[in-house]
Amino acid sequence: MSAISEPALQVPAKTKSSGYWATVGRRLLRDKLSVLCAVILLTILLAALFAPWLGLADPYQGSMIRRLRPIGTPNYLLGTDELGRDMLARLVYGGRLSLLTGILPVFLAFIAGTTLGLIAGYAGGKLNTIIMRTVDVFFAFPSVLLAIAISGALGAGILNSVVSLTIVFIPQITRVAESVTTGVRNRDFVEAARASGADTLTIMRVHMLGNVLGPIFVYATGLISVSMILASGLSFLGLGTKPPEPEWGLMLNTLRTAIYANPVVAALPGVMIFAVSICFNLLSDGLRSAMDIRN
Amino acid sequence: MTDAAPLAPLEDLGGEAQALLTVRGLTKHFPVRGDLFSPRKTVHAVDDVSFEVIKGETVGIVGESGCGKSTTARLLMHLMDYNSGDIIYDGMKIGRELSLRDLRRAMQMVFQDSYASLNPRLTIEDSIAFGPKVHGMAAAEAQTLARDLLGKVGLRPETFANRYPHEISGGQRQRVNIARALALSPRLVILDEAVSALDKSVEAQVLNLLVNLKREFGLTYIFISHDLNVVRYISDRVLVMYLGQVVELGPIDSVWGEPAHPYTRALLAAMPTSDPDNRTQTAPITGDPPNPIDPPKACRFHTRCPFVEQVCSTVAPKLSNIGTDGHQAACHMATAGSGHSRAPQQDATA
Repeated sequence: MSAISEPALQVPAKTKSSGYWATVGRRLLRDKLSVLCAVILLTILLAALFAPWLGLADPYQGSMIRRLRPIGTPNYLLGTDELGRDMLARLVYGGRLSLLTGILPVFLAFIAGTTLGLIAGYAGGKLNTIIMRTVDVFFAFPSVLLAIAISGALGAGILNSVVSLTIVFIPQITRVAESVTTGVRNRDFVEAARASGADTLTIMRVHMLGNVLGPIFVYATGLISVSMILASGLSFLGLGTKPPEPEWGLMLNTLRTAIYANPVVAALPGVMIFAVSICFNLLSDGLRSAMDIRN
Repeated sequence: MTDAAPLAPLEDLGGEAQALLTVRGLTKHFPVRGDLFSPRKTVHAVDDVSFEVIKGETVGIVGESGCGKSTTARLLMHLMDYNSGDIIYDGMKIGRELSLRDLRRAMQMVFQDSYASLNPRLTIEDSIAFGPKVHGMAAAEAQTLARDLLGKVGLRPETFANRYPHEISGGQRQRVNIARALALSPRLVILDEAVSALDKSVEAQVLNLLVNLKREFGLTYIFISHDLNVVRYISDRVLVMYLGQVVELGPIDSVWGEPAHPYTRALLAAMPTSDPDNRTQTAPITGDPPNPIDPPKACRFHTRCPFVEQVCSTVAPKLSNIGTDGHQAACHMATAGSGHSRAPQQDATA
């Protein structure tokens, strides 16, 4: 035992460094913009979740005499829509379905696409060809068309539109995951891990995932807004949400007739979609730079 | 010692007399995809390479880039499959008597790029402890072992253990890589250009560290480099490679003192000297190495050799003994009765 490493022995072996993810969390908290976005998203999410307990007006109760009231009308803080329903209530309740159809398909596709991309990128060779060429088939169709086709085949309904959107996003995420994985896979530290006798799963878990997830995650969060728009498109065609139901995309569609009568109120659902997607984008950007601990 | 007992090294089976590593006829061809109308081609990366590594020695492998040095290293580590040949570790054929998993314990490798060979998202302590954990060591124990090894490679564990690779210098990173290789208690360490990317002063420190570690742990090294001075300093024997083949091998003094192959001579002549009275006199060999997709027939060096004769492009020279000390060269000029006008019985000097 050389003298130089003697003090190390006094440190109990258990005291591990705070760990990679703790470091990332600390760095993320220091980024004000990310924190702001997280707060906005959390507010929208919690409001949607606890909507019935917020003392809001009935989002389904319309009235012919108070249609399209402007923003700031007493009792109707954000005005009313084309059927005289309270916009604030509809926006808050609308968040429930919009966030569901925005986040859930991307989340599911993120899991499936990352898995496929990791396998294709790490295995290479024939398996890569099989997975990636299959994925290429899906790229032949525009995503809207693909979503409509799958949704139409499965039948109308929110669950089916979630399934169809998931299928639309899997190829895109797989593509990104594969290219990132291929890049990381050829680095020497993966070779070194193989040389130490680790099996493929251990290498994937310890050495690949942490280096691959960041870019895929950023890409996936960018898809959330696309997912919300596509979902509203499906609703418009009668394949997703049905009209009385509040949903941002659907509201945008039904309010478009009122765009000249009351443009500000008509734009509100769009503002919500915009706010949520930009917050997701900025947050994922912040997360990516927090994960890149080199700076 | 501490309570973190390192993994027990594999047992010495054959004793001193048995070579630690025997390589016979190692061949690796990479297929290159041809286009629609031309057939598939192959890159002859390593072609029929044979050598032995004796226990406790350092074997240097030299040659210009693209000659198959690094491919040889990866083949020895079984990081890629080889087309044919045998790799025998201490009398055990790998894949038969010795499992691949045990081979990982027996042989480790240090890569050239000290940064790329460490996971940027793991602390250096975790990087070192990864191997032992894979081989079943408890996490806490592996951690202590990692700190022990950091001390052995000259890095204070309390300062460095929790740092990330980007936070330390190139020389320090290469020390970490060495510690990582030693964590599995290997008997053979392959150093693939391990000091080439370092500053001269740092390079000297790391070389000295390697020499000390070799003594302390009873290691055997395969030292791959293009730096002839470094190879001379550290090696007992040397292997000169050209286009995937061994052209000359033998004890370092013998090869450096009396190089028999014109390629070795050219390599040594191209070595810059720092002695103004002993300037480089001979002209360096010209041209680039030929394309390994379609290497020259017979002697692969004949396209660049100043002594080329008819026989060189028709008959492939075999490694033949030059002295009694194991010095061998694959050159018709060194083989008696080869038909080359400079072959030993006529004119041995050039």
